[in-house]
Amino acid sequence: MTEMNMVEAVNDALHLEMERDGDVMVLGEDVGVNEGVFRVTEGLLERFGEERVKDTPLAESGIVGVSIGLALYGMKPVAEIQFMGFMWPAVDQLSSHASRYRNRSRGQYHVPMVLRAPYGGGVKALEHHLESFESVLAHIPGLKVVIPSTPKDAKGLLISCIRDPDPVVFLEPKKLYRAFKQDVPEDDFEEELGKARVVQGGEDITLVGWGAMVPKMVKAADHVSGEGINAEVIDLRTISPYDEETVHKSIRKTGRLLVVQEAPRTSGFGSEVVARAVKKEMLSLKSPPMRATGFDVPFPLYKMEDWAIPDVDRIVKKIREAIGW
Amino acid sequence: MEIELDEPESPEMIQILNKDGEVVGEEPDLDEEILKDMYWWMFYARKADEKALKLQRQGRMGTFAPIEGQEAAQVGASVAMEDEDWLVPAFRELGVYLERGVGLEKNYQYFMGDVRGNEIPEDVNNLPIAVPVSTQVPHAVGLAWGIQRKGDEGAVLCVFGDGATSEGDFHEAMNFGGVLNVPVVFFCQNNQWAISVPLEKQTASETIAQKAHAYGFPGILVDGNDVLAVHQATKIAFERAREGEGPTLIEALTYRLSMHTTADDPTRYRSEEELEDWREREPLKRFRIYLQDEGIWTEDWQEELEKKAEKKIDEAVEAAENIEEHSVEEMFEHMFSEMPKPLRDQMEYLKRSLEEKEIEEEEAEIKGGFP
Repeated sequence: MTEMNMVEAVNDALHLEMERDGDVMVLGEDVGVNEGVFRVTEGLLERFGEERVKDTPLAESGIVGVSIGLALYGMKPVAEIQFMGFMWPAVDQLSSHASRYRNRSRGQYHVPMVLRAPYGGGVKALEHHLESFESVLAHIPGLKVVIPSTPKDAKGLLISCIRDPDPVVFLEPKKLYRAFKQDVPEDDFEEELGKARVVQGGEDITLVGWGAMVPKMVKAADHVSGEGINAEVIDLRTISPYDEETVHKSIRKTGRLLVVQEAPRTSGFGSEVVARAVKKEMLSLKSPPMRATGFDVPFPLYKMEDWAIPDVDRIVKKIREAIGW
Repeated sequence: MEIELDEPESPEMIQILNKDGEVVGEEPDLDEEILKDMYWWMFYARKADEKALKLQRQGRMGTFAPIEGQEAAQVGASVAMEDEDWLVPAFRELGVYLERGVGLEKNYQYFMGDVRGNEIPEDVNNLPIAVPVSTQVPHAVGLAWGIQRKGDEGAVLCVFGDGATSEGDFHEAMNFGGVLNVPVVFFCQNNQWAISVPLEKQTASETIAQKAHAYGFPGILVDGNDVLAVHQATKIAFERAREGEGPTLIEALTYRLSMHTTADDPTRYRSEEELEDWREREPLKRFRIYLQDEGIWTEDWQEELEKKAEKKIDEAVEAAENIEEHSVEEMFEHMFSEMPKPLRDQMEYLKRSLEEKEIEEEEAEIKGGFP
């Protein structure tokens, strides 16, 4: 075991997979000489050379488009979009092609690529550096969307993404990049995609979230434990495909659901979680499923950013509302 | 069969003042007042930028994109504009903003994380800052098309960097501009670095200016550190635009002496020698020498400008730092002409929840122990 933060864990996964498989390539803006604006690709250029670690022109659609071509030819591109807010030009390539080649070619071609991007707010950055539109990506059929919340998961999940035969978007919550360290196995290991993790058990309410909302849910759960409320905390880790089993099993035990998402409220992934819970677990529910979310406004500049993201206070109040319903 | 392959043609660079302030090109006939004005705005922008960097390092300002080294490109272009012209900026445009009449306090306020800094005076035809690279370029073409359709006076200056020329939006906008033959000036501040990526990794083309030819209009390569040359090139491009001759692409060859943004460390990717070489060619020094030779610049005048800049900068910092706090309403306003009910409900919820807030969460608490 080695203590790592999330940046180091992602970097470690990239090193190990590039070492193991000569077809793995890293490409994106500033990923080579500069080693990534968050230093996630540190040491890769030096170790693997320019042929496999490529500083690309500034063109998101191009980065994803050429990655699709590489992947179709049997390479394993791990592309980076510098901030999720700049991913929009590439969403056409993801939606129109990466996610469809397998289906369109009736299984003859497939696109084993990974697209990494830092996402989410709370770091006092400029406009467009704080978005979280993971629900848009989850809405694209044929695309997997993976979001770690711990260093260990970041390493294991990214390795699984690289080995996965289909296109995966791997979103890194930058709020958690250097927030804490954790013991991470030194060797390569896989964390199963599409599988949620029960962070802590509880009987009274199920809290579901992903990315930077997970530690906030844990803090809220700690807070309400003093009031005799035992909250179960679930980190989805993959939002598409969604691990309904783990969440619904928990709801059958607790009878209550609160989804926490930092993205704007309307049509966020929380809506999907709630819709499925209502459909399948209606008779187990003791209170209406609830959401603590961001608001339907662009992510604000930093003077207002604390208002934009659900904080522990808001999560705690929602928990009480559900319990007291 | 043999086919003779054509050679790409790159334009000659236009220069009036060389790096030592010597006149090497055709000297323009400009009033002393315009020359003094240009120097003032370049100097003021330089000082305001230096102050911003200090404020950022003291934790009093957020991340921003310094302009050091690009003052001539910005002011030279801006001075060539008329009031009715429109500016479509990217995000490294302090010099243009100031010359166009956007107060420094607004620029500071914006980078202090306050969206009200984006408010533009009513009589100034500027669009707000556009952060996603190159996305604003098509807007400039649309604005110019609108001017053309309505038969109005004016043309559009669209500012972007060398990195922007790799984006699809740049090519789409250039193509639209050429096809529609609209009054737009595409102004590329080629500062040679897109964060850590140098121009030769950005494009295989020898110049950016020559890209214009493929879209059917002229490209001008100009020394972007020579304010007189930039001004002349921009004036010519605006004249073409006003006379219905369509777009021009200007490549102002300059150099980013500072970092990409305050979050960047350029020592990771470029050499001290290169930086020193470009410091020698920086724009203020050569223009000062020229003005001195012309008998316009004196030490007394310089002192006067320094005092004036210092005062204006102090006032701007004071104003930006003492701005009234945001209300919750301000986060929800301006989404639509009228606030829809669901959004109003969200706003009321946030106001209530802040009033009743019990737990003061410290961001730093998310540390250690989390499984």
